[in-house]
Amino acid sequence: MTLTTPADTPPREGRRPALGLRPDVRNLSLLGVLAALVLVGGLTRPAEFLAASNLQLVLTQASVIGVVTVGMTFVITGGGIDLSVGAVVALASVWATTLATQEFGFAGILFTAVVVGLGCGLVNGLLVAYGGVVPFIATLAMLASARGLALQITEGRTQIVTVPSVLDLGLPDSYVLGVPPLVLVFAAVTAAGWLLLNRTTFGRRTVAVGGNPEAARLAGIDVRRQRLLLHLLSGLCCGIAAFLLIVLSGSGQNTNGNLYELDAIAAAIIGGTLLSGGRGTIAGSVLGVLVFTTITNLFALNNLQSDVQQIAKGAIIVAAVLVQHRTARDPH
Amino acid sequence: MAPDPRPPLLTMSGITKSFPGVRALDGVDLEVAPGEVHCLLGQNGAGKSTLIKVLAGAHQPDGGRVVWNGEPVRLRSPSGAVRLGIATIHQELDLVEGLSVAENAYLGHEPATAGFVRARAARTATAALLERLGHPEIDPARRVGGLSAAQRQIVSMARALSHDVRLIVMDEPSAALDPDEVDNLFRIVADLTADGVAVLYISHRLEEIRRIGDRVTVLKDGRAVARGLPAATTPTREVVALMTGRDVPYAFPDRPDPHDRASGAEPVPEPVLTVRGLARHGEFEAFDLALRPGEIVGLAGLVGSGRSEILETVYGARRPTAGRVLVDGRPLRPGSVPAAVRAGIGLAPEERKAQGLLLLESVTRNVSVSSLGRFSRAGWIDRAAERAAARTATRELSLRPDHPEAPVRTLSGGNQQKAVLARWLLRGCRVLLLDEPTRGVDVGARAELYAVVRRLADEGLAVLLVSSEVPEVLGLADRVLVLREGRVVHEAPARDLDEHRVLDLVMEGSPAA
Repeated sequence: MTLTTPADTPPREGRRPALGLRPDVRNLSLLGVLAALVLVGGLTRPAEFLAASNLQLVLTQASVIGVVTVGMTFVITGGGIDLSVGAVVALASVWATTLATQEFGFAGILFTAVVVGLGCGLVNGLLVAYGGVVPFIATLAMLASARGLALQITEGRTQIVTVPSVLDLGLPDSYVLGVPPLVLVFAAVTAAGWLLLNRTTFGRRTVAVGGNPEAARLAGIDVRRQRLLLHLLSGLCCGIAAFLLIVLSGSGQNTNGNLYELDAIAAAIIGGTLLSGGRGTIAGSVLGVLVFTTITNLFALNNLQSDVQQIAKGAIIVAAVLVQHRTARDPH
Repeated sequence: MAPDPRPPLLTMSGITKSFPGVRALDGVDLEVAPGEVHCLLGQNGAGKSTLIKVLAGAHQPDGGRVVWNGEPVRLRSPSGAVRLGIATIHQELDLVEGLSVAENAYLGHEPATAGFVRARAARTATAALLERLGHPEIDPARRVGGLSAAQRQIVSMARALSHDVRLIVMDEPSAALDPDEVDNLFRIVADLTADGVAVLYISHRLEEIRRIGDRVTVLKDGRAVARGLPAATTPTREVVALMTGRDVPYAFPDRPDPHDRASGAEPVPEPVLTVRGLARHGEFEAFDLALRPGEIVGLAGLVGSGRSEILETVYGARRPTAGRVLVDGRPLRPGSVPAAVRAGIGLAPEERKAQGLLLLESVTRNVSVSSLGRFSRAGWIDRAAERAAARTATRELSLRPDHPEAPVRTLSGGNQQKAVLARWLLRGCRVLLLDEPTRGVDVGARAELYAVVRRLADEGLAVLLVSSEVPEVLGLADRVLVLREGRVVHEAPARDLDEHRVLDLVMEGSPAA
């Protein structure tokens, strides 16, 4: 190994830290962005921003979209896209909060939210994997119809939750293991997602199918089954997110989850997941969610309008993707 | 035929072009006269495609001169070549399926006024071109996506003629055509040359070259070994000899002596892979094979003879229209790759990067991808076991560099192929299907790959090999099946065949010598 060009030099094994976490430039730069945002918050609104209650609020707000983003990260890594997540969250949240469902209490609400999410994922997955419909179109159709069905169920009314055990979880002073329950769920889904993507055959196959579907097929992987499972997983995440949203808002509304698909895709992309598939990072996606949620929080604290906030979000997406392109070009 | 008294239209001299690891053109000379049909012959890998791409402006040569119409020129881009009057009709036709015939013919130089396309003018002009090509029945307003292969070729020619061309390069134009369509093609070629347009005609089929060619240039190993031979009168034997005489001897491993087996020292093993009457409509028919452990069987044939299609159908990547594939006498579920892999079949596909490798991933992950079940419990991967097993497999094949975490895309072609082989070695597969195993692999690394394949066969692996390089099939295989247009036309032990004979068979098709 005396005469090698930089491109030929493989990463030395010693550089790989414990747990196999590769030092990822993108994650580091996102951490930098997050640190800068915290600094800005600390300087402009020191008392409010750094208060424990505010940090708890940021994390709680991040948990709903965060769970959706974990599912989205899998779908994108597998070479697909899921535009229906916001609508599915809405549908699951209203189906789980009808008077009939609420009769079954806590378990009924949780069960319905998860099953509706899985059901939508199943339809998406069957259409994409076995129906030959491109993911963009299949999930766009699901977006429209799930949103419509949600409106039909509620007739435009907000469905108030009256089950005390559900409402209690959403109270600001409710803690499980010292953490707000929503944040705990978010953390659990993140950890499970990370393990699933990095430590299991399912994750390996996801990356293979997204990176080169033909090579994956010729290597003996059942590509269609994998695509079906990925959409099921995304549906499951939407169901969980819908339940979190019910807990957080104490209600189910057909307008829930509006534009979640864009937020989730944006968070995954700025986190370092390739939109073309074949590479995904759960840690990056979660960082992306935290960056967006912190921005929202900062703007609210500083009484800035949401239009400015949207512009800032757009700028961050562009900047992150430009950085990604540069790092993608030089291997490691 | 007397030397052409007219000054040449095109003179290429000393053209060189190298790609990483391969010297594709090693000083090629070519001279084309106005109004002639000049044929370019050569085996796969002789440099024909590269030369055509240089002529089309798609590749920039490393050295050499191009003189066009008496003036030295540089072909900097495809549009530059067209502006000079050189049009190329590629084998994979480059038409836009969603556009109409007229829009395709005038793609990139649409008749326009202030940026608005004069669609009717384009249609009228296209209709005139189609008339000239003898196909007035093609509607210029029709979408190209709905046309047959032969009609698309006509559209490609109309596009060429929509420019003021003096030379049309046709790369295997007859490959996708029926016999009567070929007749029409030849009529068009005759009309064009009568108008003074020169045609550079690339084909594997000697009989076609006899019919329409004026002169022949033969390429071999990136050089022109014969220039301006009379197409009609040069004996086939001489042409074949020119195409095959090799400077670079390949080093092939010794094959086991079949007499050892036949003499009863060892019983002949039962076939591990049996194929009965396998067929895919329009690709190949009635393919039979019995492949025994330790045996290497080669399929020789031209592009389009059904070689790769047979491999992929055996592997389940294509669904057969008839026939069965059996492993150890048990039929496989047709059209299912997972079923074939479970039964112990592995494929090293033709397009290594597009079909074989996960380019973003490490060597280890490329090797382990087909055997993940072995390192996992309930879906949970034991990564230490995975790494160790992958490393054992890559070391057994001497894959370089010996870094399991190196991204597979940084490896050389030969080592990438070893990564694919290691995948199946690790899987413990018993039948290995090799499709063009040495494509893009340089000469030194080839010998190593040959040795690896032979060693695996000696250890009991059954190998079915496809290669467009006849010497490779003859040197590596024990038994050879010669394919022509989807049918096996000859079968013999490799030692009973030589390159001339195989080339005669694949080009002329008659088993008589």
